[in-house]
Amino acid sequence: MSLTAGTQGGEASAARSVERAPLPDESAREPLVRIRNLYFSRGERQIFSGLDIDIPRGGITAIMGPSGTGKTTLLKLIGGQLRPDQGSVEVDGLNVHELNRQELYQLRMRMGMLFQSGALLTDLSVFENVAFPLREHTALPEPLLRKLVLLKLEAVGLRGARDLMPSQLSGGMARRVALARAIALDPMMIMYDEPFTGQDPISLGVLVKLIRQLNDAAGLTSILVSHDVEETNAIADLVYVISAGKVVESGDPARLTQSGSEWTRQFMQGLPDGPVPFHYPAPPLEKDILGAES
Amino acid sequence: MTGLLARLGRSGIIFLRHLGRATVLLLHILASMGEVLRRPRLLLEQLFSVGVLTVLIIAVSGLFVGMVLSLQGYYILSQFAAEATLGVMVAASLVRELGPVVTALLFAGRAGSALTAEIGLMKATEQLSGLEMMAVDPVRRVLTPRFVAGFISMPLLAALFSALGVLGGWFVGVGLLGVDDGAWWGQMQARIDWNEDLFNGVIKSLVFGFACVWIAIFQGYNCLPTSAGVSRATTRTVVHSSLAVLALDFALTALMFN
Amino acid sequence: MKSSRQLEMLVGVFMAIGMVALFFLAMQVSNLGTLHTGDSYEVKARFDNIGSLKVKAPVTMAGVEVGRISKIGFDKERFQALVTLSIYAEYDAIPQDTYAKILTAGLLGEQYIGLDPGGSDEVLKDGSEIEVTQSALVLEEVIGQFIFSKAQEGEK
Repeated sequence: MSLTAGTQGGEASAARSVERAPLPDESAREPLVRIRNLYFSRGERQIFSGLDIDIPRGGITAIMGPSGTGKTTLLKLIGGQLRPDQGSVEVDGLNVHELNRQELYQLRMRMGMLFQSGALLTDLSVFENVAFPLREHTALPEPLLRKLVLLKLEAVGLRGARDLMPSQLSGGMARRVALARAIALDPMMIMYDEPFTGQDPISLGVLVKLIRQLNDAAGLTSILVSHDVEETNAIADLVYVISAGKVVESGDPARLTQSGSEWTRQFMQGLPDGPVPFHYPAPPLEKDILGAES
Repeated sequence: MTGLLARLGRSGIIFLRHLGRATVLLLHILASMGEVLRRPRLLLEQLFSVGVLTVLIIAVSGLFVGMVLSLQGYYILSQFAAEATLGVMVAASLVRELGPVVTALLFAGRAGSALTAEIGLMKATEQLSGLEMMAVDPVRRVLTPRFVAGFISMPLLAALFSALGVLGGWFVGVGLLGVDDGAWWGQMQARIDWNEDLFNGVIKSLVFGFACVWIAIFQGYNCLPTSAGVSRATTRTVVHSSLAVLALDFALTALMFN
Repeated sequence: MKSSRQLEMLVGVFMAIGMVALFFLAMQVSNLGTLHTGDSYEVKARFDNIGSLKVKAPVTMAGVEVGRISKIGFDKERFQALVTLSIYAEYDAIPQDTYAKILTAGLLGEQYIGLDPGGSDEVLKDGSEIEVTQSALVLEEVIGQFIFSKAQEGEK
């Protein structure tokens, strides 16, 4: 695979690396999410310029990149919460941004999303939070609903915490409750927004295990956005590395770590200096210091 | 000079953009009214936090404003030997002006700021985004019940304010200062017109209520999702609501009582 | 969070208090409670000067309200005020030669019309006119007359 070094990689090379992305097992099937030539800007800042990503069904696909590359924005674009300037996002064959409100909501019921903060409703108990999507979208009788909620909570190991309020939960527990809520409607895919940030080693291990388990047991498709290289590499089947609004490289995690690209190596191995300089662009130090004195 | 003009133009554009967004939000809320009818429980919860929790401050303020009005009015009216009209003065000022206006100002400070802070925090903690991703419309589920609750609460709170104000004034005027009880109520009933005074007062409080909740909800929904953004939005709610209430009061008074 | 029942109770109490306050304002503070809702018939009266008499001011007889003023106009030929009194239907035996005068409640109070019954057997009906009237007391005129009469006394 030919790789362009650094962040200046042209559109052509980004597209090429996508084409060659090895899809685990299911390469014959249509990808669940297909992003083509995506452009998005916020104010003056260009966040994506010609992004192409395919997310295969049934696996865990990680999207990695330095902070501020718009990884969360990408999830919001897939969920239809934001509108791209150009390009298309297809989920299960539907162009997300051409759907009307009702169709979009229908589609979202088949997507789960785990927010960084958990985004639990603070005025509802753990049980009610997990029950919330069921109450909103189904008319299940109370006993059945109770059973379902308890099963979902059991899956994340928090059945005993059902009467707690979100404010009484630790960050890791809140994320697990949010995970139970995200799978309440048995979605076809789950999007994880930085699930590993700010977790202690134990809850980190629990989360890594849960994400893998849920993905394999329920036949879900998982999209994981993260900059925690180690944990992500441990569970991802396919990794996309994005920088400066484009896909820099993609492939399975083991190969990317050994990648020929200097930039990817810097990112994957966490080197302090490299193509991404340690110093924020500035005039030479001598000039700055001496200039201030004169 | 051009710099000044440019700045004026820029703030004008920002104002118009906000107004446009607020209008779109309002239309969205109005279009979602059905949800409130379908799920009265949501409205009930908001009536509690918007209405019930505001009762105490309204009741106490109403009582004291009435008592002060009576005290002040007595000293002026007694110079003209017209103490008998004290009740009229107290009731007219309360029903026409102070009831709706002071209630709206207190409402903006108590309920409006709480609404903004609550919605703003829900936005900052991604709860609104979370609802959207669960295919639940946050405007319909979160904003509309709050809007309706505020709109219903305001005239009731204003009526409570005026009624307790009249009773407080009666306590001071008749009970302490010795104005004749019959004159107090009789003159009042003869001079306060149910249509011109009372009904117009109720209309005022409906308009103020509409404006206050609209501002509070918009500020919360539109705030920057950070702690600084939420606190700024809360302040803006109180300031904008108060100014809006006073300006609307002037316009409505000019229209109604010309 | 409050239990469902508690919540309903509290909100119910709040709504009830608000309604009671509104009812209190309507019935006890404003004139809605004293408003006459039955039928009435209209009688006209001409005055040389009505002072500050207003529409809706009460019409009383022996201090009891028997009607309200429904209209105040101007008679262009006789240069007089033409006042229409709306008398409640139950007071249907007011003599034709009743005397109408404009009075003031208290020194600075509002003005109203007082009726003094005459002795005629004919009674006022819808559309009839009260012939004998007395104008409003205008304070300046009263004071002027008083000073004038004092001055005359002094000359003697």
